[in-house]
Amino acid sequence: MTTHLSDYAGVKKPVTSRTFIGTVPFSVLLAAIVTLFFIVAAIAPAWLATYDPFSTDLTRALQPPSLTNWLGTDDIGRDLYSRIIWGTRLSMLIGLGAMAIAMSGAIVLGFSAALGPRWLAEPVNRLLEILLAFPTLLLALLFVALLGPSASSLLISVGIGTAPGYARLVRAQALQVRQSGYVEAARALGHPWHHLFLNHIAPNVFRPLFSLVALGIGQSVVWASGLSFLGLGAVPPSPEWGALLEAGKINVTVAWWLEVLPGIAIVLVALSFTQIGRFIQQRTEGETR
Amino acid sequence: MSDNNVFEVHDLQVWTASDNAPARHIVKDVSFNLQRGQCLALVGESGSGKSVTARALVGVAGDKLRVEAGTLKLQQEDLRGRSDRWWRKIRGKKVGFILQDALVSLDPLRPVGKEIGEALALHGWGTAASRQEKVYALLEEVGVPEAAYRAGQRPDELSGGLRQRALIASAIALHPDVLIADEPTTALDVTVQAQVLDVLRQMLDRGTSIILISHDLAVVAKIADQILVMQGGSIVEAGIAQEVLERPRHAYTRGLIDAIPSEHTKGQRLSHAPAVRITEPLRVSVPDDEVLLEASHIIKRFRGRTALADISFTLRRGETLGIVGESGSGKTTLSRIALALESADSGEVRFRGQPWSQASAAKQREIRRQIAVVYQDPLSSFDPRWRVEDILLDAIALDRQPLNQTPRERAISLLESVGLGAEHLHQWPARMSGGQRQRVAIARAIAAHPQIIVLDEAVSALDVTIQAQILDLLTELQTQLGVSYLFISHDLGVIHHMSDRVLVMQNGLAVEQGSADAIFNHPQHPYTRKLLASLPRLGVAEPACKG
Repeated sequence: MTTHLSDYAGVKKPVTSRTFIGTVPFSVLLAAIVTLFFIVAAIAPAWLATYDPFSTDLTRALQPPSLTNWLGTDDIGRDLYSRIIWGTRLSMLIGLGAMAIAMSGAIVLGFSAALGPRWLAEPVNRLLEILLAFPTLLLALLFVALLGPSASSLLISVGIGTAPGYARLVRAQALQVRQSGYVEAARALGHPWHHLFLNHIAPNVFRPLFSLVALGIGQSVVWASGLSFLGLGAVPPSPEWGALLEAGKINVTVAWWLEVLPGIAIVLVALSFTQIGRFIQQRTEGETR
Repeated sequence: MSDNNVFEVHDLQVWTASDNAPARHIVKDVSFNLQRGQCLALVGESGSGKSVTARALVGVAGDKLRVEAGTLKLQQEDLRGRSDRWWRKIRGKKVGFILQDALVSLDPLRPVGKEIGEALALHGWGTAASRQEKVYALLEEVGVPEAAYRAGQRPDELSGGLRQRALIASAIALHPDVLIADEPTTALDVTVQAQVLDVLRQMLDRGTSIILISHDLAVVAKIADQILVMQGGSIVEAGIAQEVLERPRHAYTRGLIDAIPSEHTKGQRLSHAPAVRITEPLRVSVPDDEVLLEASHIIKRFRGRTALADISFTLRRGETLGIVGESGSGKTTLSRIALALESADSGEVRFRGQPWSQASAAKQREIRRQIAVVYQDPLSSFDPRWRVEDILLDAIALDRQPLNQTPRERAISLLESVGLGAEHLHQWPARMSGGQRQRVAIARAIAAHPQIIVLDEAVSALDVTIQAQILDLLTELQTQLGVSYLFISHDLGVIHHMSDRVLVMQNGLAVEQGSADAIFNHPQHPYTRKLLASLPRLGVAEPACKG
């Protein structure tokens, strides 16, 4: 620091840095542990599962949770814990894939609505307004009906169903960034349009969206499970979580665990992603002035 | 004499009281006596503790601050350790408070008349009907024309000056004995500022005492009887206003006074800081009088409203053209058109005789390197993801001149030219002070060797001493680089200090144009005369004290 300047300039005190762990709330730590567990389950289910998820044993049908079958068994004696673990991959893949489809659609639609020439922006804006008028579930159901029930059509449907909401966010963010002082300053320096877009507009539009992606994955898992439960997604004997719920519903009066425990798995994943998403959101918003 | 004392303050101390940080002593040993009908001014830069002092006086310092005082008396009544309930009865009735920004101090959804009536009702004054009458009378008292009509308007429907006057009306509704005004004219245009100062002076004549908080010594000079100069929480100088202003004893006060740009400071350095070592190569510029920028008959309308009506100007090599006008006069629109960031409805801007405002986008990009810009708020002109180094390297990449340095070396030399150094390369602009940010913005502007720099209110947001340093820097850069400035400001003093020629704007019209000395010494247009008459100056103080 040059002395003569800091005398006058009143240099701001640097923000006191604390340890990273110390500033992370307990709920977020818990959410991170849960997320980590399910990520391991998705990548290497064999490490965590105690049984083959498809091996049947009619002698041990509809067993309540015990030390041998941690979360009980279903009507043909399959271990529920192992099925939930093996189902994680599909459920998470549907969540991630749906989010990826939603974001790519949102980025294309949102940017063209915000930055495109009038002949493009206007129709896209109207299209978004029409799509937003439909409830997400209705939109997703429409595409499942068109594509037929399967895990992949579930992923596409949930992705398309949630895309318009995100597109609106991208559009609003892009409009704001486009009018910011730093984009104008870069333009005044003589940078061409593609430079402005790649160096300033796109990164600053995406920054606040990172947290939304985490929030959205959790929500997509819930949407997908809901559709599977209605028999519109993954089909038995798949251990996808929504399918587990659907398969268990006929025995719900004698075997509560078949409904409650996969439900808890869905809630845990959704909550954990939401917690982490909100945490990122608070952090990044605190950062930007 | 002592029963004439309205406010008695002895040894006022304020500390920060935070759990996880060591307490800082932010106001030290402040003492003063304020008498009936007198105006005491607290003067200092941002962070000097003047606003905190004012808040501590009326018990609104907040939970995060610890206030102590040897004596703190308002009309013989001890103010120390009073409850919030007690304070609520005092505030408004005995002490009025005017904040800097009327727009945030007034409820945006309520007519101002209601707001003022509220202050009366809160203290049980009169009946609904008599309050209404009183509100109109108050608005007229502070110089609001058509009071009954204005009382029904919301703050956003009023101009800045009317809003500030409505706020004063609500502060004086119950005829408090003391009025505390925190930067009451800072956001206002000079003519409006002059009106608000007149209102405050009338209050003094009626026997109200005023504590005026301001960074602007020229404003203070107009109405203050006593001045306290604060620096870093301490009073460095205190005394009779005229004496402090004419014969300042403390170096800091002298620095503040010398930093004020005016007609007397032309060609002189304003700041006491040493000159920077400009490492930019000397531009061998022949004073050839070449016209760099020529705007002819610019007309611009926004939704039927004329923003610019037939404006023409020329900017020659190495000179500074000052564009001065009040808010809404169209000077920023003009600067955006001069930068070809906005297109004119009719008329044309040419750069060195070539088409510029009407050239193709590719051609414009070519010319943009020659015309740089520095904004009022540098922080918003920096990408929030970028450090100083990124900002400068980005601008350096556009430079077409052959470099005999690496881009990084060039960035360091640019920083040195604006009085910063290599240690600032990795800083976040958001963590720098206002003056440092503006230096970074200037470094970016000169990176591509421009011929013209447009300075759009570039020093308006800075404290007077920082402003002085930046103005000195700009002058040094101009001498060294031979660059031309299009200098836009609402501040007549700054314009006079910097400009060779001046263009005066009012409501989108160029009312007067000519050499700076001609405009300031022999103004022809009535509007220019009015502006100059409104300008508060040091040395022409009309003390309000009546002994």
